[in-house]
Amino acid sequence: MAVRKPPVTTREYWAPGHAACAGCGCATALRLATKAFSEAMEEKYGDPDAFAIAHATGCMEVVSAVFPYTAWKAPWIHVAFENAAAVASGIEAAWKKLGRKGKILAIGGDGGTADIGMQALSGMLERWHNVVYLMYDNEAYMNTGIQRSSSTPYGAWTTTSPPGKYSIGEDKPKKWVALIAAAHQIPYVATASIGNPFDFIRKMKKAAKVDGPAFVQVQCTCPTGWKSPLEKGVEIARLAIETGVWPLFEIENGDIWNIKIQAPGGGAKVKREGGRVVAIEFKKPIEEYLKLQGRFKHLFKQPEAIDQLREQIKAMWKVLGVEVTLPKPGE
Amino acid sequence: MPIKKVMKANEAAAWAAKLAKPKVIAAFPITPSTLVPEKISEFVADGELDAEFIKVESEHSAISACVGASAAGVRTFTATASQGLALMHEILFIAAGMRLPIVIAIGNRALSAPINIWNDWQDTISERDTGWLQFYAENNQEALDLILIAFKVAEDERVLLPAMVGFDAFILTHTVEPVEIPDQELVDEFLGEYVPKHAYLDPAKPITQGALGFPAHYMEARYGVWEANEAAKKVIDEAFAEFEKKFGRKYQKIEEYRTEDADIIFVTMGSLAGTLKEYVDHLREKGLKVGAAKVTVYRPFPVEEVRELAKKAKVLALLEKNVTFSVGGALFQDFSRALINESEKPKIVDFILGLGGRDVTFKDLDEALAIAQKALNGEKVEEVNWIGLRKEIL
Ligand SMILES: Cc1ncc(C[n+]2csc(CCOP(=O)(O)OP(=O)(O)O)c2C)c(N)n1
Ligand code: SF4
Repeated sequence: MAVRKPPVTTREYWAPGHAACAGCGCATALRLATKAFSEAMEEKYGDPDAFAIAHATGCMEVVSAVFPYTAWKAPWIHVAFENAAAVASGIEAAWKKLGRKGKILAIGGDGGTADIGMQALSGMLERWHNVVYLMYDNEAYMNTGIQRSSSTPYGAWTTTSPPGKYSIGEDKPKKWVALIAAAHQIPYVATASIGNPFDFIRKMKKAAKVDGPAFVQVQCTCPTGWKSPLEKGVEIARLAIETGVWPLFEIENGDIWNIKIQAPGGGAKVKREGGRVVAIEFKKPIEEYLKLQGRFKHLFKQPEAIDQLREQIKAMWKVLGVEVTLPKPGE
Repeated sequence: MPIKKVMKANEAAAWAAKLAKPKVIAAFPITPSTLVPEKISEFVADGELDAEFIKVESEHSAISACVGASAAGVRTFTATASQGLALMHEILFIAAGMRLPIVIAIGNRALSAPINIWNDWQDTISERDTGWLQFYAENNQEALDLILIAFKVAEDERVLLPAMVGFDAFILTHTVEPVEIPDQELVDEFLGEYVPKHAYLDPAKPITQGALGFPAHYMEARYGVWEANEAAKKVIDEAFAEFEKKFGRKYQKIEEYRTEDADIIFVTMGSLAGTLKEYVDHLREKGLKVGAAKVTVYRPFPVEEVRELAKKAKVLALLEKNVTFSVGGALFQDFSRALINESEKPKIVDFILGLGGRDVTFKDLDEALAIAQKALNGEKVEEVNWIGLRKEIL
């Protein structure tokens, strides 16, 4: 009987038994990321295990390594909140001296990456360490109880951006960390989503195989912090792509003028010029994405706030070189 | 054959690092230690030291990279001072808790504000509760020797703790003295290769390092650091003895100078010990029964040695370049702790002096002596005395 090769290795590095909430999209992201990494190591070095992980403090760290248990089947270290990139730099340097082949994977949440860890990340990228930095972006500080980060989107409720008489929720647009990473002119930068797992796997493998630093920012859902249904994580993540809220792209060799924008699906019409995406007409309104999440519930009482968010998303796409049309519901 | 070279303590520290052959060095410049990474990068550039030198973007990342490298199983080294050490503070606890034998050279410098680049010990003293071992050098030779000894002790399986070696800003870091550079083969014999048994980040035997410790385990981990500090006392003595045998220079946790039949013993650390010994000679010439003692190992705190020292004097006069506000100096606290339950004990008088690089002169020491003599005569004196204050600008 013919057995089909599974689309990604059956090896597990993020083992069952971690303590993440039910439906945690970030846990899914780490499982896929480590599998993809292992495949890349096998293809590049002939050894699927040729990697070590440096992990920043945060939800995924705390739920995976509660002494005397561990969910990790790879060499793994946690040091502090802001320094996964610096710790990874040290491991990479040590491996170089030990003559050990392989690559280091640094993992941080949006807080540990976009905020407090930004300096260490920049240093690591600029020094050209052979490290993949994976930012799992659940768009808030979840481990400390859902506070806003600079990666929290406009309008979102968090415990430190509560909507109120004088507040719409988070009042700043989301920080574009992938573009900041790309400004370091490193070999590979990508955004990804658990809403498109095969694309994510492909990108992690690509990142793991380049020589030098790479940065991948994966949007992943957090039912606890997003106040969303447990079973709808992948659906919500996919809607983020299909409504234009979360762009998927790749930037190679620091060529930020040559951003490879991916078609979002969901019926969106993509216009290309010379192979390059220049315009996208989205069919699904962002409301479809927002309405599944309690963190945006209050916005529906103030539709002008949603319009404001639409304008910000357009502006963000413009930076990426793409003119977008974002419909309102019923349009 | 060992060679003798005239060099600054910063260079001596870089030479010690070269001799110890760390595989990873990560450092960020700060006055007065800048020359240490500069010199090391020259050694690396010239192929005299086969190491990865990571030019990090901050001290926080320097120590973080050292933690990563040490956790991957290699010998690591860095250097810093003052604000740089303070920026490392968070990670210093982690390095000790994870039992990583990193060694840091410190050009002891005052902390802001006001910003001040000159010598006192507040930087390392402020890190005394991190679990790190602490050594203080009197001169440039000691800076070199103590760094080698620090590696030896830190990496001992009975200890496995990081260590810092302090040498006074400018007084040592920038002052040249003849320093004997030991033979590489002898250093290799003394240190051996570092082979980690507990921290290695090896895909062939994956382990989890730096896990979350619930209340059920946290205290035991901290007790492990306590026990390792206790164990280090013996290991340090052994390392000192072996060092003396191999290199001919003798070290003690507390070194005594003319303490025989002394009524008053002055106690200090670092380069001030040099000044103090001269001062004691000068007093002995005048027939005063005064001695000196130098604390070379401050963490683990040499409680037993302090008790032995205390038996020899009627007054212990502590000369300290650091402050714990509303209490006095750090030595004052630690000496008090060591002696509190002794049935017979000398009086302890504390002197805070030389902060932020203020010169400590014989005149200052005379001021301290006068107070110590009053205490000796049974007169009441302040327990904590600031010496050399410019009262006119207060
Ligand atoms: C220096 C420091 N400041 C604050 C904290 C507290 N802290 C731990 S995790 C965390 C938030 C983590 O957020 P993020 O990086 O987004 O990861 P998530 O928990 O969402 O997975 C904070 C604020 C810390 N551990 N260290
Ligand atoms: S709080 Fe969110 S990110 Fe954290 S484990 Fe739960 S679902 Fe996952």
